[in-house]
Amino acid sequence: MQDKIYQYLLLTGDNAMILGHRLSELCGHGPSLETDIALTNISLDLFGQTRNYFQLAGALTTDNKSEDDIAFLRMAHDYRNVLLVEQPNKDFAHVIVRQFLFDSFHILLLKELTNSNDQQIAAIAQKSLKEVTYHLDFSSEWVKRLGAGTEESHQKMQDAIDFLYPYSGELLEETPIELEMKEMGIGADLPAMKTNYYNHIHQVLEEATLVPPETSWFQSGGKKGIHSEHLGFILAELQYMQRAYPNMNW
Amino acid sequence: MSIKVKNTAVTDILWGISDPEIPVLSIMDMGIVREIKETGNEVMISITPTYSGCPAMDTIKDDIDKALTQAGFKPIVNLVLTPAWTTDWITEEGRKKLADYGIAPPLDAAGDKSVLLHGKKIIKCPQCGSENTVLVSQFGSTACKALFKCEDCLEPFDYFKCL
Ligand SMILES: [Zn+2]
Repeated sequence: MQDKIYQYLLLTGDNAMILGHRLSELCGHGPSLETDIALTNISLDLFGQTRNYFQLAGALTTDNKSEDDIAFLRMAHDYRNVLLVEQPNKDFAHVIVRQFLFDSFHILLLKELTNSNDQQIAAIAQKSLKEVTYHLDFSSEWVKRLGAGTEESHQKMQDAIDFLYPYSGELLEETPIELEMKEMGIGADLPAMKTNYYNHIHQVLEEATLVPPETSWFQSGGKKGIHSEHLGFILAELQYMQRAYPNMNW
Repeated sequence: MSIKVKNTAVTDILWGISDPEIPVLSIMDMGIVREIKETGNEVMISITPTYSGCPAMDTIKDDIDKALTQAGFKPIVNLVLTPAWTTDWITEEGRKKLADYGIAPPLDAAGDKSVLLHGKKIIKCPQCGSENTVLVSQFGSTACKALFKCEDCLEPFDYFKCL
């Protein structure tokens, strides 16, 4: 039982960590000072949330793993994040669309988790929900501004949507662990969120004069540990310090 | 809800500990001290983070630990997440100190509801008091601040955003 909750916490925490890392790569490289600061603030929020999940997860392990052990000392196939969050920062349009597709899901997930039977998960969700409300606000505004902006910004946004949209399905895919956690009242009901999720996405896209691609096929694999090659590169950078200097601390 | 505590030697010490990111504010002003339990020499203190990723929490924890230990107490500081911190817990005094420091204090919960509805809210410029200000970015120099600009004195300023 403890192990299943641990696995469930990885499914949630790994998304926050890998997306947080992707955003941290933009520190000092944002298209403007304000967006740079915004993206790194969002990154910081996500890392904070990750720490909360991993501290809780660590306490459930028999060998008393620390949050750092969980964050830094797993192999790529042990990470449970969705493929969406490991997609690279190709351009600002990709960064914004990836964020928007994730935030729109994240907020629904956290709303559900505030009702979790697990008091600690509910507490983390309650805390995170306030932060993610600002994230979604930010990414939605940029989707609209760029989508309905110039011809060039519109085209870049449409390209990003075409590329990233097929990665959205995995967010709502229910793994056996998530099914079990849902039935125990600990986890969220992912399939039930689908209508709300896509209604919201499509409504914002419409306002942004963007169109979702016609696709019935979705990418999937990350939740089962089957990742794109991108994760390997992320982990090489992310894990370097802990691998080179085991147990190092700030 | 803010916590109500009796003034003791312990609270006196806590009032003297500042938030490292906003040095004019005491951690008591910030409302992040949620519980104080004194049993003889032992003091159990619960603090809550403003933001999940607030990098100041570790420093604050150490500062409390050090200050109380120096005063002869045996402190235990733990972190609680629930109920989640809200800007409503910042004291009146704290709001005044923020404004004097050049950071526009958060509107009260009722006044800020409009943020979520994309309505207009009026944030006064802490420099000149003008209400003719615009939001530059919802994200500012630290997790808890948004960036504004005053259209009258043309100075940028931080707004302590509602949470
Ligand atoms: Zn002014």
